[in-house]
Amino acid sequence: MNGKGTASMTAITAPAAPLRQRLLRPNALWLAVPGIAFLAIFFLYPVLRLLALSVQDPASGALSVATYARIANTDVYLQVLGITFKIAANTALFSILLGYPLAYWLAGLKEGLRERMVLLVMVPFWTSYLVKTFAWMVILGRTGVINSMLTGSGLASQPLPLAYNEFGVMVGMVHAMVPLAVLTMLPVMIGVDRRLIQAAQALGAAPAQSFWLIYFKLSLPGVTAGGLLVFISSLGFFIVPALLGGRRETMLAQLIITQVQELLNWAFAGALAAMMLVAALVTVWLYDRLFGLSSLSGETSAQDRGPGRLRLLGLTILRIIAKASAVLADVVRRVIGASGTRRLLPIYCTLALMFLVLPTMLVIPIGFTSSQFLEFPPPGYSLQWFETYFSSPVWLSATLRSFGVAAATAICGTIIGGLAALALARSNSRWGGVVFATFLAPLIVPRIIIAVGLFYLFAQMGLVATNVGLVIGHTVLALPFAFVTITAILKNYDWRLDQAAAVLGANRFKTLLLVTVPLVKGGLVAAFLFAFITSFDELTIAIFISGGIKTTLPKQMWDDMILQLNPTLAAVSVVVFVIVTVLLLLAERFRRTT
Amino acid sequence: MTPVAKKNSAAAPKLIIEGLSKQYGSVTALEPTHLTVPTGEFLTLLGPSGSGKTTLLQMVCGLVEPTSGRILIDGRDQTQTPVHQRDIGLVFQHYALFPHLTVAENIEFPLRMRAMSAAEIKQRVKDVLTMVQLDHLAARFPRELSGGQQQRVALARSFVYQPSIILMDEPLGALDKKLREHMQIEIKQLHRETGATIIYVTHDQEEALALSDRICLMNHARIEQLGSPHEIYAHPATAFAADFIGISNIFRGKVDTSNGEARLATPQGKFRLPAGASYSGAEAAIVIRPEQISLGGDNGNTVVGRVTDAVYAGSETRLIVNLDQGEMVIARLPPGQPAPAYGERATLSWNPDAAVLVP
Repeated sequence: MNGKGTASMTAITAPAAPLRQRLLRPNALWLAVPGIAFLAIFFLYPVLRLLALSVQDPASGALSVATYARIANTDVYLQVLGITFKIAANTALFSILLGYPLAYWLAGLKEGLRERMVLLVMVPFWTSYLVKTFAWMVILGRTGVINSMLTGSGLASQPLPLAYNEFGVMVGMVHAMVPLAVLTMLPVMIGVDRRLIQAAQALGAAPAQSFWLIYFKLSLPGVTAGGLLVFISSLGFFIVPALLGGRRETMLAQLIITQVQELLNWAFAGALAAMMLVAALVTVWLYDRLFGLSSLSGETSAQDRGPGRLRLLGLTILRIIAKASAVLADVVRRVIGASGTRRLLPIYCTLALMFLVLPTMLVIPIGFTSSQFLEFPPPGYSLQWFETYFSSPVWLSATLRSFGVAAATAICGTIIGGLAALALARSNSRWGGVVFATFLAPLIVPRIIIAVGLFYLFAQMGLVATNVGLVIGHTVLALPFAFVTITAILKNYDWRLDQAAAVLGANRFKTLLLVTVPLVKGGLVAAFLFAFITSFDELTIAIFISGGIKTTLPKQMWDDMILQLNPTLAAVSVVVFVIVTVLLLLAERFRRTT
Repeated sequence: MTPVAKKNSAAAPKLIIEGLSKQYGSVTALEPTHLTVPTGEFLTLLGPSGSGKTTLLQMVCGLVEPTSGRILIDGRDQTQTPVHQRDIGLVFQHYALFPHLTVAENIEFPLRMRAMSAAEIKQRVKDVLTMVQLDHLAARFPRELSGGQQQRVALARSFVYQPSIILMDEPLGALDKKLREHMQIEIKQLHRETGATIIYVTHDQEEALALSDRICLMNHARIEQLGSPHEIYAHPATAFAADFIGISNIFRGKVDTSNGEARLATPQGKFRLPAGASYSGAEAAIVIRPEQISLGGDNGNTVVGRVTDAVYAGSETRLIVNLDQGEMVIARLPPGQPAPAYGERATLSWNPDAAVLVP
């Protein structure tokens, strides 16, 4: 290149801008800053502070491992830790086992029918844990539905111990978690190319073999992701073990609540929370090492890394299972015939959906009972328990507070989450992945840890027992849902429309207001409703933050359920169930019409 | 795999289809169809979309259950045999390679399903990989291959277990033109080397002409014409066949025998018919290929019009002439012959015997 050419080249390539200028250059990622700041103050800081408390001496503030030493030396705590792991692992296992055939069946349906059937999983997914657990208490209790039927018909001479033991906890936990497992596995399964099954069969694989060798292998990322989410969610559970378990089913979260509420032992609660968090993070880390975190977002491509030994071992195991189940399928087909075999899956799925939906439905007639007791079927019907509910100042103020807090949470969550989603959609910065993970983090960290951390922070800020405190806490939890919903909508948005608006003379703000927002309106409404529901039936944060008379509806239900089951609870459950279901169906409708 | 001498068509038929039909509610996907495919033949099912060619293919491999009729492979009735027991090879347009298995494992798959010994599997995979020139990619995953390589793996996977028939459903549809032509040669070679019976579905007439021993032209859920590429090109049985395969000039009209000699009266003029052409009804059409039409002169039938375009295509020039009576004629000028300019009047003529009369 001659001298002249070089000169003109330099003239064209502007010198690199100084660092400060580059950082401050208008970049869409700046829109995520309010959200990041919010999460840094009200999520990251309190959680880290809580962990720090666990290694501090309460009196001097010096570094100390005394609390951990106490945990390690006390059998009870180690036992609780073991029980927590065992229950969480079993819940994950059973949720996947029960959910897999259901997700498989749903994935194979035609799209229109599938969307309607998925609602039967969505409704139990969003139904309040309290309502679900209340239903199981009514069903499994000593004088519950099942026992009164068994003793009434003479099948059993005395009530079976169905609740307040491990069985009761597992039923409640699995029932609560199967929807999460199904909804996590479903996108992966829909992504599996079913034509590969045809190809496998044309190449000589029997149907059972083509399932295990091809379909099952390709759906594994969904299975592991579902297992992971269920396991982590279960680690922090306390509603089900507290209400359906006995002493021997005490889980870590219950211990934390006791330490904070009754003993005010922050260091100890911090240490217990740290253990739970470490357990969750180690699980996530292991998962990432084994399967890659990207499969969490529903990508189908199984990242097989070369012909490693582990991979070959997996294939060999699958081949053995495939061969065995091909033989088994042959036997089954001979016994019940080909048409009978084809009916097995739909029959199972009908039963599974009934298991998910019916228990909650049972609460509805009980809410209208004329009896003083939780009997099923009710001896007669009346509106007396709704009257009790609506004439009780405690219940009414709790309901109103829940509505107000949920509305405020939904507005905050949608705005903050929407800006962050917009930032991520419009920016191709390499920080995008970090931002995405930050906004999903409140979903991964067990709620109980966030709640205790916030309680400590709010105690210093004077926000305990205030509506503002509740809204902030609920916004932390609702953000991931709003963020994910809007991100999904923006993924399908045609950004050339924004360019067209710009060319036609609209500035950025007007473009957003007049073009983008109207077009993604449905997604925004859906995000708003999901955030609303999240807040409306939130209990964990409410237990700590909504003290005294400033209680929310779920907190009031929880207090009542611990004290004494009564038909008013059934009436309240009916109201909560109906509100949440209606909002959910609306949200789904808006989400889909965008 | 050793090259097998191609058996002549006198051998026992590989596939016999008897009255096979498919009905979806009130929609007929395939009318009752008869077809016999000799061992070692390369038969193409050619037709526009919705002509029933894919339905026919899917019924042969067992993915779709026929409404009526029978399918005999090697003389045995296989109509009710499930897909995985039919011993048929299938190559999809979308390749259908298993994404979690390496190239070698994909090719092994049918052999494992047939419980072959490890030594034999190894040998066969090695041989077939050599045949498709992918030895060096055996340990790769499908996503690490180009489209052409993926299709070669799919071909290798369907040839490796030497199935009785190999079905290919638009296997080159996803490739670009250049690669497609290259893969056509490879498929042709594989066919020659293995002597396999191949049924190939395509809507691309050039592909069908290039590859097939016979073409089964399909339209409106039934067979329109069955014959060698040359037979169909030179002697189309219907106007559809003439139109679908190659470029055709078609004049429709009424057969007029009033002057002693039969002629076809069309809006573009009265044309002499090919010698010995038989016609049943009064309505008919004559088909003339562009290369049979010459510029100027009088070869028996003449039309006059104005030149609207001359398309230079390297080895030839296509002359497009708008006739005065409002019809377009395409003529092929041999290389070297100068084309008249746009707007000039041109006289085109053809030998009546070079045309084909179709009903």
